[in-house]
Formats: sequence, structure tokens, C-alpha cells
Amino acid sequence: MRKTILAVVLAGIVVALAVKFLQSGEVEKTQLALLREKFSKKEARKKADHSKFQPLQRNFADPREVTATCESCHNLTAEQLTKSNHYNWERPQYVKGRGIVYLGKKNAVNNFCIATTANEKACAKCHVGLGLDEHGKLKTDPANIDCMVCHDTTGSYMKAPEKGGEPVMTLDFTNIAQNVGLPSRSNCGVCHFYGGGGNNVKHGDLEMSMFSPTRDVDVHMGVDGFNMQCIDCHKTKEHNISGKLYSLCSMNRDRVFCEDCHTSAPHEDDILNEHGLKVACQTCHIPVYAKVNATVTHWDWSTAGRFKDGKPYSEEDADGNHIYLSKKGSFVWGKNLKPEYAWFNGTASHYLAGDKVEDPSKPVILNPLNGSYKDESAKIIPVKVHRAKQVFDAGNKIIALPKLFGEAKGSGAFWVDFDWQKAVEIGMKEANLPFSGKIGFVETVSYWPVNHMVSSKDRAVKCEECHTREDSRLDQLRDFYMPGRDYSKPVEYAGIGLVLFALLGVAGHGGLRIFFALRRNRRRG
Amino acid sequence: MKREVLIYKGFERFWHWTQAFLIMFLAFTGFEIHGVYAFLGYREAVRWHNIAAYMFLGLTVFAIFWHLTTGEWKQYLPTVKNLKAYLEFYLFGIFKNAPHPTKKTVLSKLNPLQRLTYLGLKVVIFPMSVFSGLLYMFYRYPTRHGVDWINIGSLEIVAIVHTVAAFLLITFLIVHLYLITTGHTLFSNLRAMITGYEEIEDEEKQGSDAGTNPPKEVQDA
Repeated sequence: MRKTILAVVLAGIVVALAVKFLQSGEVEKTQLALLREKFSKKEARKKADHSKFQPLQRNFADPREVTATCESCHNLTAEQLTKSNHYNWERPQYVKGRGIVYLGKKNAVNNFCIATTANEKACAKCHVGLGLDEHGKLKTDPANIDCMVCHDTTGSYMKAPEKGGEPVMTLDFTNIAQNVGLPSRSNCGVCHFYGGGGNNVKHGDLEMSMFSPTRDVDVHMGVDGFNMQCIDCHKTKEHNISGKLYSLCSMNRDRVFCEDCHTSAPHEDDILNEHGLKVACQTCHIPVYAKVNATVTHWDWSTAGRFKDGKPYSEEDADGNHIYLSKKGSFVWGKNLKPEYAWFNGTASHYLAGDKVEDPSKPVILNPLNGSYKDESAKIIPVKVHRAKQVFDAGNKIIALPKLFGEAKGSGAFWVDFDWQKAVEIGMKEANLPFSGKIGFVETVSYWPVNHMVSSKDRAVKCEECHTREDSRLDQLRDFYMPGRDYSKPVEYAGIGLVLFALLGVAGHGGLRIFFALRRNRRRG
Repeated sequence: MKREVLIYKGFERFWHWTQAFLIMFLAFTGFEIHGVYAFLGYREAVRWHNIAAYMFLGLTVFAIFWHLTTGEWKQYLPTVKNLKAYLEFYLFGIFKNAPHPTKKTVLSKLNPLQRLTYLGLKVVIFPMSVFSGLLYMFYRYPTRHGVDWINIGSLEIVAIVHTVAAFLLITFLIVHLYLITTGHTLFSNLRAMITGYEEIEDEEKQGSDAGTNPPKEVQDA
């Protein structure tokens, strides 16, 4: 009887195991395999050949004529564009403690070139309009939208420097107009790769190597791989482009997530999937950023304005990065950087022009990212932290908005006259803010979440890079217990003490036994 | 009269040695996960620690079943009888080559100190380790599957309890390994746990020296 029962139980186990193995043997297409299939098809990106369209069979001498012609067919575009943040340089955002504010390049303060106020003519090179006026006012005429900067596929369209957003007027607008199409990496990159006044100054993970990156630089966009374009992830509806950066946003909406394509359980290993509850994909899958060209990690405006032989000068490092510019001060650059890490629940706060700095002896965080371990919607994300020392109204305790760009000497702009006093006075007046006349410098910090330059999975951050007692990547995040890094000191000391006590005890006891045994033997012997 | 008696049955020996191996393996991988050293690599250490944990759980289920069905669980009932004698033996007598206070029998193979220690191991340290270990592995699962009542906000307490249990087990292991040598001869205990047989005093002659009173019917047999 017992043998029968045993045999039945054993047979049951064998059958169950066999069924399980046979099941996993059936090849089920993983999400990754499906994505690979989808993006390896080289679909024709062009949906229409504009060169054949009748309204474009003419010569264009002025970009506004091109825009008007576009809008004659695309008759909803003007409405969509004039509501977009790309055109308005601001969008309504809810900021905790502040309510709903219009937030954007117009009123945010950063620690690169500080603010657009009084500098619009130079800054507007990256505006999707054909011209802001001197005071940064938008033109409401829909012919002022710049269609070509995003839709040119010839690669020849170019904005003129310091002309408030106008293109170079000698371009072949006819050819460009007849070759419009969906935006590619180069259309987005021409602005987004050069923020802060030069290649990769701002982001660290968006720079000119991304025009045609290798798979090593970015596993999605690699030209030797799936060659994905920005808009493959930044899905766009009615000219509203999804995804944004928290330098200018504060709300948890319109975001792009890896999970949108990869699902929230992309790993075979469930322990890794579990990490996704508290750790963003980017944290492990972007082990380093600024992989090809360096990015600025520290900018000291306080050294700006020095002359050599009575003239402004510049100094470069071995890679050709500016480490000093009389116009801008001193820079620290970094390449192949490990990100810093922060808890982030999708909302941020912002320092806005005119806000009082409570304690100028401490660095001012310009865009604090919200979140903590206890916050269930927060995850750990990788960030580039940009630290700076920037000009400050020491009397009013307000971060100063200097006029930097000016065309002629005597305009008061810092980049031509090198006088903070004057530059800040003009800038603050332009922004309708008070100025005490007392110039100082304040340390500031801004956070730049790192989302690009995703590495292939074999290069992802290894478990022990975080789960380690020394030099953990997450060393700064101390509001939770992490195995391998953390331990209770009392338990550790008591435990080691107990083990040592046991070892000493058995050694002592054993020693005594040997001692007495030898003595007995001697006496007997 | 002395004779060779089967004192540890086949399953008991299998259970003991498998458990011994698993505990040492779990300690080795566990302290790597604890950040004390790097050997297998963190990911592999976690993987193997979890595999060994499941094996330990499986073994424990069989062991509990075996103890219950064979009545062997009674071996671990604590007693104060001869406790003092054993304390005196380990503290003094052992150095003078004095005889063990009681004789091992099939029916009572554990001395009162062993009974207390193993009982503590089985009802305090193992459960501490096993339950904190299960929470360690599954503490996020309940919320993921919408079960909120068992949601644990932080791993900290779970991890610390698990660590405490680990230190206690290591301490037990050290003392246990040493006490193996305190049998009738240096290796008689070890030999018994390997072969199952130990040379013991005949039951009839042993009389009232037994650690506890064996169950009546068995005594009569």
C-alpha cells in the first residue's frame, strides 16, 4: 500500500515537471522579438512626394511664402502650432505650492546661459518661428511659423545666427519646400543637441554624435542597428510631441516611458522585473552618458570678464572644449560620465525669474525633482547634475537675469561690454524685476534626467555596482535599505562578536581538553 | 554489554547532511549578498541563494513529516533532568575524562543540552530565518497582485531579522562542529552520523541512566 502511494506521488511529480518543461519549450515570441521585427523593417519614411504637388511648383524666395503655401493645404497646422510649447516657449503647468503657471523658456532660469530675457535675438535661433521681436514677443500671424526647420529633409535648412529666428536668406527655399517630410534626428538635433551654447553643453545624452550614432552609443538609434528616429518614441499627435524634460516642465503627463514599448515586465528574471517598481529602466540601462563628446558639469560665471593683453580670450582643453571664455567664465567638462541618481515621481518644482533665494550661502536648486523611497509613484532615475556659480542680485536676493547678447559695444550686453552691473540692470528692467545694484554670485544646481544613450543589455549596470558597501552608485540615496550596501551596525557588531566569542570558546575548551589529556598521558606514562 | 546500534536512520542522515550542506551554502551565498565579500558575483549569489532556499524549504517539509510520523519529534522535548549533570560534565568532567552523565539510546539519543539547543534551532532560529527569507523574496509580490494587507514598506526589518538568524546559525555551526569531538571518542559522533551506527550500552543494562523516561510501551518491548 505504502509503496503504491509513493509510486503515485513520484509519478505525479515527474508528469508535472515534464509538462512544465514542454510548455516552456514552445517558443513564444517575446515583446523584444516583436519590437525587433517591427523596427528592422525599413519602411519608406516618406508618405507623399511633395515635389509633385502643384502648389509647390514655383520659386520661393521668402520662408514666409513657404509657410503660407504649406498652410494652404495643411489647414489645421497653424492652430496646432500656435498652441504648442515649441512655438510659445511656455506651457501651462501645475507646480505644487505655486499653482498653475505658464512655464517655459520665457520665465525659467537655468544655470547655463541663464535666461532668454533680453537675449531673444540670439536665443530665437532655436524657436520654431521666423522671428521674435527684440522683446521676445511672438508674432501671431501664422505665416510666421517655421515649418522647414522641423520638416526639411535636404539637410540644407539653416537658421541665421542672432537674427531672431530668421533663416539664412540665401537658401534654396524651393528645393527645401519640395522635399519636406517627417522630422528626422537631424531636424530635432539641430536645436536639442546644442543647448547651452555649444555641442552637448546642456544635456550630456543629446549631442551631435546622435545625428548618426553607432549602436554602442544608443542601442535604439544606432545607424548600424535599428536606426530609430526621435519621433519613433516621441510620438506626436497634432504637433504635440510627447516627452519632455524637467528643466522646463513640472507635471507628470505627456511623458515617454520605455515601458510603452517594452512592457513593465521585460526581463525573464522576475527579480529584475521587480526592480521596476522602484527603479526606472534608464537607471540600469544607461550606465554612462556623454559617451562620445564631453558635457559641461560645472560652469563658473564669476570668472567671466577677464582679459589678456586688454582683450577677451579663451582657453581649451586637449579635446578642444572651452575651459575658459572671457564671455562666459570657467567650465568643467566630463566624458563617459556615470550619472548621479535621484528619486523622481514625475513632478518637479522650479525656480522662476524673480523668486527670492532664502539662503544664498547654500546652492539654489533650480528644478528640484520630487520623490522619495516612501513615495509609491517615485522611481530612481539617472540624472546629469549641472552645478554653477551665477550672477545674483545680492541686495534683493534674486538670481540676476543679465543681458548677455548685444550687437554693438555700448549696448550694455555682457558679451560686448563685460560689465555685470550694466548687463544685469538692463536684463532686470526688461524682465520687470527690481535690481538693488549689488552684484553677487550664487551657487546653483540643475537636474537633467538622462534618458538617451541607452546601452545594449550586456553593458547594463551590474547588480554589484549598486549592491555594494563601497562606492555604490546609489550612495547618495540613503532613505531606504538596500541589500549588499546597508546593514545594521549593532547587529553586525553583535553578530561578529558572537561568532568570535564562539570561536574563542571552542578554542579555549578544546585547548583545555588537550592540555588535560596530555597531562593524564604523562602521568600514566 | 556493548553493541553496535543503528542510531540514525537513513532518512535522518540524509536530512542531516543535506541540511548541513544547504546551511553552509546559504551562509556562504548569503553573506556575499550581505556585502561582506564578492565571490560568485551578486546576481549569481542571489540566484543560488534562492535555489538553495527552495531546496531547504523542501527538505524541511519532508523532515517535519518524518518527525511527526515517526514520533521522533519527542526526542526534542525539553527536560531539566540531568541538565545540571551535563553542564558540570562539559565545564569540568570532560577535562578529567569523566564518563558522559547518561548513555545514548535509540529512544533517547539527545542529551538535555542538545534537546534544548536543537529545539531552539527548530522553533526559533529556523522559523526566523525561513519566514524572514520568504518575506525577503516575496515582500513586493502582495502589492503587485493587489494584496495590500501584507504590504511591507521597507525591507529593513526583514533583512535585519534574516541577518540576525544567520549570525545565530553560524554561531551554532561553530559550537556544533566542535561538540562533535566530545563523544565517546573523538570521532564516534561523526561516525554515527555518517554510518548511522554507534557503539552503545545495551538498553536493558542501562536502566535509570537514560536521559528521559522512554515511552512506557517501548520500555516494555
